[in-house]
Amino acid sequence: MDPIQTLIKDLADKHGRNRASLLPIMQGVVEIENFLSERSMAEIAREIDLPAADVYGTASFYSFLETKQTGRYIIRVCKTITCAMKGKNQVLFAIQEMLKVKMGETTPDKRFTLLQTNCLGWCHKAPAMLINDDVYTELTPEKVRDILSDYMKKDAHH
Amino acid sequence: MANSHQLKRVDFIFRNENDWEKVLSATIKNKPQELINELISSELKGRGGAGFPTGLKWKLTAEAKSDEKYVICNADEGEPGTFKDREILSRVPYKVFTAMAICGYITGAKKGFIYLRGEYKFLKAELQKVIDEFHYYCKETGLDFEINIFLGSGAYICGEETALMESMEGKRGEPRNKPPFPTQAGYLGKPTVINNVETLVHAFTIFKYGAKKFYDLGVQYSRGTKLFSVSGDTPKPGIYELELGMSLQDFVYEFGDGDTKAVQVGGASGFLVPRKKFKDAAIGFKGKLTGISLPTGGSMMLFNSSRSMFNVLDNYLEFFREESCGQCTPCRVGCQQLLLGIKAVKRGEKPASYLDKLLRLTETMQLTAKCGLGQSVANSFSSIVENFREEMIY
Amino acid sequence: MSKKVNVTINGFPVEIQAGKTILEAAESQGIKIPTLCFHKDLCVAGNCRVCVVEVVGQTRLSAACATPCDEGMEILTNSLKVRNSRKQIIELLLSEHNADCTKCYKNGNCELQTLSSEYKIMTQDFLELVPLKKFSIDMYSPSIIKDDSKCIRCQRCVRTCAELQGVNALTVSHKGDKMKITTFFEKAMRDVVCTNCGQCVNHCPTGALVEKNYIEEVWEALADPTKHVVVQTAPAVRVGLGEELGMEPGSSVTGKMVAALKRLGFDSVLDTDFTADLTIMEEGTELLTRLKKALVDKDETVTLPMATSCSPGWIKYIEHMYPEHLNHLSTCKSPQQMFGALVKTYYAKARNLEPDKIVSVSIMPCTAKKFEAYRPEMYDSGYRDVDYVLTTRELAILIKQAGLDFNKLEPMKYDRLMGESSGAGVIFGATGGVMEAALRTVYEIVTGREVPFKNLDILPVRGMEGIREATIKIENPLKEWAFLDGVELKCAVAHGLINAKTVMDSIKSGTSNYHFIEFMACPGGCLGGGGQPIPTNPEIRKKRAEAIYAEDRGLPLRKSHENPEVIKLYKDFLIEPLGEVSHHLLHTKYTKRERF
Repeated sequence: MDPIQTLIKDLADKHGRNRASLLPIMQGVVEIENFLSERSMAEIAREIDLPAADVYGTASFYSFLETKQTGRYIIRVCKTITCAMKGKNQVLFAIQEMLKVKMGETTPDKRFTLLQTNCLGWCHKAPAMLINDDVYTELTPEKVRDILSDYMKKDAHH
Repeated sequence: MANSHQLKRVDFIFRNENDWEKVLSATIKNKPQELINELISSELKGRGGAGFPTGLKWKLTAEAKSDEKYVICNADEGEPGTFKDREILSRVPYKVFTAMAICGYITGAKKGFIYLRGEYKFLKAELQKVIDEFHYYCKETGLDFEINIFLGSGAYICGEETALMESMEGKRGEPRNKPPFPTQAGYLGKPTVINNVETLVHAFTIFKYGAKKFYDLGVQYSRGTKLFSVSGDTPKPGIYELELGMSLQDFVYEFGDGDTKAVQVGGASGFLVPRKKFKDAAIGFKGKLTGISLPTGGSMMLFNSSRSMFNVLDNYLEFFREESCGQCTPCRVGCQQLLLGIKAVKRGEKPASYLDKLLRLTETMQLTAKCGLGQSVANSFSSIVENFREEMIY
Repeated sequence: MSKKVNVTINGFPVEIQAGKTILEAAESQGIKIPTLCFHKDLCVAGNCRVCVVEVVGQTRLSAACATPCDEGMEILTNSLKVRNSRKQIIELLLSEHNADCTKCYKNGNCELQTLSSEYKIMTQDFLELVPLKKFSIDMYSPSIIKDDSKCIRCQRCVRTCAELQGVNALTVSHKGDKMKITTFFEKAMRDVVCTNCGQCVNHCPTGALVEKNYIEEVWEALADPTKHVVVQTAPAVRVGLGEELGMEPGSSVTGKMVAALKRLGFDSVLDTDFTADLTIMEEGTELLTRLKKALVDKDETVTLPMATSCSPGWIKYIEHMYPEHLNHLSTCKSPQQMFGALVKTYYAKARNLEPDKIVSVSIMPCTAKKFEAYRPEMYDSGYRDVDYVLTTRELAILIKQAGLDFNKLEPMKYDRLMGESSGAGVIFGATGGVMEAALRTVYEIVTGREVPFKNLDILPVRGMEGIREATIKIENPLKEWAFLDGVELKCAVAHGLINAKTVMDSIKSGTSNYHFIEFMACPGGCLGGGGQPIPTNPEIRKKRAEAIYAEDRGLPLRKSHENPEVIKLYKDFLIEPLGEVSHHLLHTKYTKRERF
């Protein structure tokens, strides 16, 4: 078995092999792989005996289950009303400039993917963003540059 | 002038109460029927926004015959401008769990779930710790009740109760046809109580202090307190527990920046109230209040005169266009038409009268959409277009 | 007796069984409520919303298909509120739909078109959404074309693929404005588990899913004087074609169809029923051989139960879903492909024709047959055995294009050599038919007596139950079949791939004790095939089945082994069932496929 098969088998052992375990299994794969590849979805379908098309159809419904290759760090900047009012665009520009990517793109070194997302639930501390599961609030262009620098440094150690 | 009162801050929800074990063991010494009566007499209504009487919901589920029942805490807090549930779960999660366990005792459910939105995944580890502790105590008390966390993955519509259940069943979060309602056939087709996080905390308060304490707060038809998530153009954004029934005027006086042009009550699916109607609007469930009564999940977004209401509506509609589950025609196509429609009017590609066609469209959406999402798009659309028509055109 | 409830519809009282929907209550009164996502074969979705009605006292409208009648309900199906809402929903659907109706294959048979015509939608005020979206057309499959620009997202196809067929090739993906109907990872239908059964085509209300048509290719062949164009017609076509040409469901039009085909210019009009009879000879012999090997020789390599192999949708299904169980399949080609292989060999020789001058066309109730004809194995004559496969619907188009007044055609008879058929061949078109035909022949071969059922009607294998079972005890067999004495031959019939799944799972788990199983991909068998007239629903399938069995009863020959042209074929060409020539021309092998 290759690493993906092992991962999915372990997840199915943990969460069960029925339809209700589909989301936790997909989330488990995303936690390790950052996204769901065609291969992982076919493997999940096989492991828990679901139609592969349904695995894809379900995955694509959820914004946090990416079905396209992403970077190790997925940046999701909130674009809903309060964040939009409080300077989301300036934050986005700062990120785009720093990482040299456009919205929806991944850096060539496959480290960062830049996305927008809907309300993160931090409207009182807007603008907000997620990097993977971690929340950053009250962002400014300066602050976001510092945060990204830290990630770059952290990642350089790997 | 609405039948409202002045703004009153209260502190029940976040009050740190270390006696939850006692509350649990004392409460379940009562008969389920007595507890249901207590809850009904409190007149607690759901705090997620829809306002269904909580006692009735529990009663219906208790009466449903089934070997398996469930209690679900809806923590898929996705309404733009709402962030109170996150705060509850970070600060007083044990109150939520206690209320769920009591609900389990009353209805016969042995399993509870917290549907935690994916955006709040960072809360999971800490919540799990509290749950483990809670399980230990349930065992001590002899109460057979278990809580699991189910993590969402980014879909606003999963806050709709039947969509949430579909999602828990491993499917696309698409709302179901009703009837049947969850009290008869919910998660896995079994009778299910599904409550908002905040509703459960109020239930805790009611079981601890008695219904009267809760009932005495608020106004007729809108009893008790409510958490408000305050954001936008305000010098003090944050979470506030207030008595229901206050006038919007008083609210703005307290939270506005002195230049408040309009307040969006209830998030993107709620209503926009312009300055001239502040004094006629009261915050509470529909009832015999004079003036406008505005139910809300607690989202209060303030806009000052520097804001373009076109941009606000544009932002909401983009949100709905993306977050509609897409299954039913009025919502899927309607949201696209509304968004593109206002842009076309703004660019002069469609005449101003096209806004009236779009208003009729929102009526159709309200009448025919399968679930609350599609039905409620009309709220913000019509309240913004009717009050700020000029901003839509020029 | 179940409980009744009283409601009023448009002011008139209606008494209806509790639990029935508003739609059913209205239908019982002859009131039509328009529907799009609703189909009698499928579970209720309630997503198109065109069936909304007003229930007095409720602020919102209710979907008639999804709302049960409650005591005292006052229902209005045509109030102003209902009309206006419904009209706007139709407008919304049209705004998201490529409404270039005159250039659409389904022009004239589209539920959305009919509805918008009924509601006289004359203008399009809403913005056109189609140009803003990058819709794709999947034309890679030899059977089915999927055009997303015509899709109204009613999900009938998805439910069909899942509920009737258990295939789940189609799914709903994404959400909001990006929600669409697609396949695993948005691959072409050709590259996924799709069995080409065409049930999605048959259930699609618009032109989003249609068969790939070969109408022009056939006209060209007919117009080519150097070509000899042979046509074969499948059993189920004769009980479906009439519906496409204005007749009632259940009309049997065999003779008229032959007459029409001759007028269209086919050089020889022959019958797939002939090779259906031939299939029984080959498959029956194969079954007896397998039984002998298993019971007498105790050969453990012999696989039982043996499964029929006539239905190409079923074949592709088992190849994808149970690739480790392909040994269960009979090696017999389907009647269409047996016919194709014989046309360019036996028929060519008898008629003194060059095989490369023969164009072999088949008329099938099926879209999977198109794929089957293109399988790389199907060149055993040295040429492509079947050149073009047309569905029942496409044949109706040819007939209309040729301006034939179908009703007025005098019935004609099939041409000779491969045009004779027994009633056993005809019933191949209904679920259970292959089983019944096989039993009529096998029992007689083994015992020398007719199968012990009145009028040869083996009723236990007939009907519309998803899975049916029958046991036939063999007593006093002929000497050479003595080993079968006392054996209870256990048979099963499954139609609709969801039922095939149940049976296959029982085989997989080792809990089945059958000897012989008939599998048909489509509900009702071929008469409910994906290439049959639209609509097809439970009532229509029932009527077509009645017509098939009536045809069987009316034929002088009822048993495959008595078909004189089949007897002649063996005498002149094949020598014996499962012989060397048969092996080469009439049998095939299968391919393991991926499960997504």
